[in-house]
Amino acid sequence: MTDSTDARTATTDAWQPSTIELERRSFRRRQTGRSVLVSIASTLAIAALLVWALVGSPGWTRVVETFFDPQVAIASLPRVLEGFWLNIQVLFFASIGVVLVALLLATLRTLRGPVFFPLRALAAGYTDIFRGMPVLIVLYLVGFGLPGLDFFPRMPVAFWGTIALILTYSAYVSEVFRAGIEAVHPSQRLAARSLGLSHGQTMRRVVLPQALRKVTPALMNDFVAMQKDVGLISVLGAVDAVRAAQIETAHFFNFTPYVVAGLLFVLLAWPMIRFTDWVSARMRAREQVGSIV
Amino acid sequence: MSGATGPVLRLRGVRRAFGDHLVLDGIDLDVAAHEVVALVGSSGSGKSTLLRTVNLIERIDDGEILLQGRDISDPRIDADAVRARIGVVFQHYNLFPHLSVLDNVTLASRLVHRVGRAEAERRGLELLASIGLADFARAFPDRLSGGQQQRAAIVRAIATDPELLLLDEVTSALDPELVGEVLALVRSLADRGTTIVMATHEMAFARDVADRVVFLDAGRIIEDAPARQFFEAPREERTREFLTRFRA
Ligand SMILES: Nc1ncnc2c1ncn2[C@@H]1O[C@H](COP(=O)(O)OP(=O)(O)OP(=O)(O)O)[C@@H](O)[C@H]1O
Ligand SMILES: [Mg+2]
Repeated sequence: MTDSTDARTATTDAWQPSTIELERRSFRRRQTGRSVLVSIASTLAIAALLVWALVGSPGWTRVVETFFDPQVAIASLPRVLEGFWLNIQVLFFASIGVVLVALLLATLRTLRGPVFFPLRALAAGYTDIFRGMPVLIVLYLVGFGLPGLDFFPRMPVAFWGTIALILTYSAYVSEVFRAGIEAVHPSQRLAARSLGLSHGQTMRRVVLPQALRKVTPALMNDFVAMQKDVGLISVLGAVDAVRAAQIETAHFFNFTPYVVAGLLFVLLAWPMIRFTDWVSARMRAREQVGSIV
Repeated sequence: MSGATGPVLRLRGVRRAFGDHLVLDGIDLDVAAHEVVALVGSSGSGKSTLLRTVNLIERIDDGEILLQGRDISDPRIDADAVRARIGVVFQHYNLFPHLSVLDNVTLASRLVHRVGRAEAERRGLELLASIGLADFARAFPDRLSGGQQQRAAIVRAIATDPELLLLDEVTSALDPELVGEVLALVRSLADRGTTIVMATHEMAFARDVADRVVFLDAGRIIEDAPARQFFEAPREERTREFLTRFRA
């Protein structure tokens, strides 16, 4: 009953591509070369058109002065950066909170049996409410409402901002998790239970790991969305990048600090966006390989 | 566990209906230790349902299922603990795709039977080596052929030394040339004295390996006989019809 592994590697060593294959390859190379040239030419043409339209517009010099002043940019950068550090901290804690709460919600919604009805209903109500409500309103309600109860110890506004973001985004992310859990074939659950694993063990060791893999691109997308929305905590008065930019703008009578803050957010999100694209593309490629065999 | 001499598995009047479709209609069946019982019958006769009820994946509407003399159909029993004592292999191999072959094989030992990782892996590697899959221990299941996956699934089911092994058409999802290797593994388990109940469409194999053959039709046991007698001199007219259809 032993398998010989030699048989399948034997033929690959001495192989030389045939003349037909060589001809096909040189054709593909020529084809690629031509499309690269075409794309360079069209990119240049469109860029030239854009520059001409922008620079040629009557208000161009005024816009450059009020939005792209290098001196103001440099002068405001330290303050804006300092505020941006707060954004990053909020993002860090909010991300952890979102994953934990969303996992809890998603698991609650998959519980079966009448005992769990209240928990299921609660989780369903929660996701319905916080997916429907605008983030800004959640921020106001949490940021000004909850401290007003005088029930919690005094906390910085950034804390309440973080809570608000967790409330909103965990509702979205729990739906993503739930979709992933439901996408795991029931036979996997069956196989795990047949081995004697409990419901919880099956969930943790078999269902969730597979579910997470399936929804990774969607999760990263939500993460990128939240990266931008951490800027909204400025409405509570937290001195984050947006708020700092606002202060600097008033100080210099110039809008450049906003552009600086905006660029910082883009820089933060950019690696994640590229990474998300890369992961999705890789998964797509893998699925295609799977569908051929 | 009182029944050292009694049957490993005993079914008494087991009944299961889906709506008004009666799928198991009063099944009585005894399986002794080290016995290999083949369940045969046409599609829809209730073989899979029967195996699922024994594994407590399907609830029964009436009757009793006794494992080593204890009623496991009692709702007060710890179903997870019972399932941990029974090995099951399905038609579709159902290996966990996110775990390596070795982790698949050792998962239940580690989580359910609380065997240490080193000990579980030693035993797992030993089992994989015995079926010629040692080289694939760290690979993921999708790298394996269908026959290799099914053999790994069988090894996963026996890694915890279950008291009873249930096999549900373990070869019917396989290409014909892969069937042999899986059947050879089942045969070697039978030779080693594993108690097996298997639903199968492989009549030649049932005749060869099973001690007893049980013919199920529309949820009833029509004939329950030693394998030789079942195939050579079936008592029931319906069994004969079934067998001629298979030979055709
Ligand atoms: N969950 C279910 N709900 C409704 N009907 C079911 C369910 N499970 C099984 N059945 C019905 O029970 C009958 C027996 O099914 P079962 O899978 O036990 O047959 P089988 O003998 O294993 O057939 P096969 O040889 O095709 O595997 C079938 O008619 C099937 O439609
Ligand atoms: Mg079946």
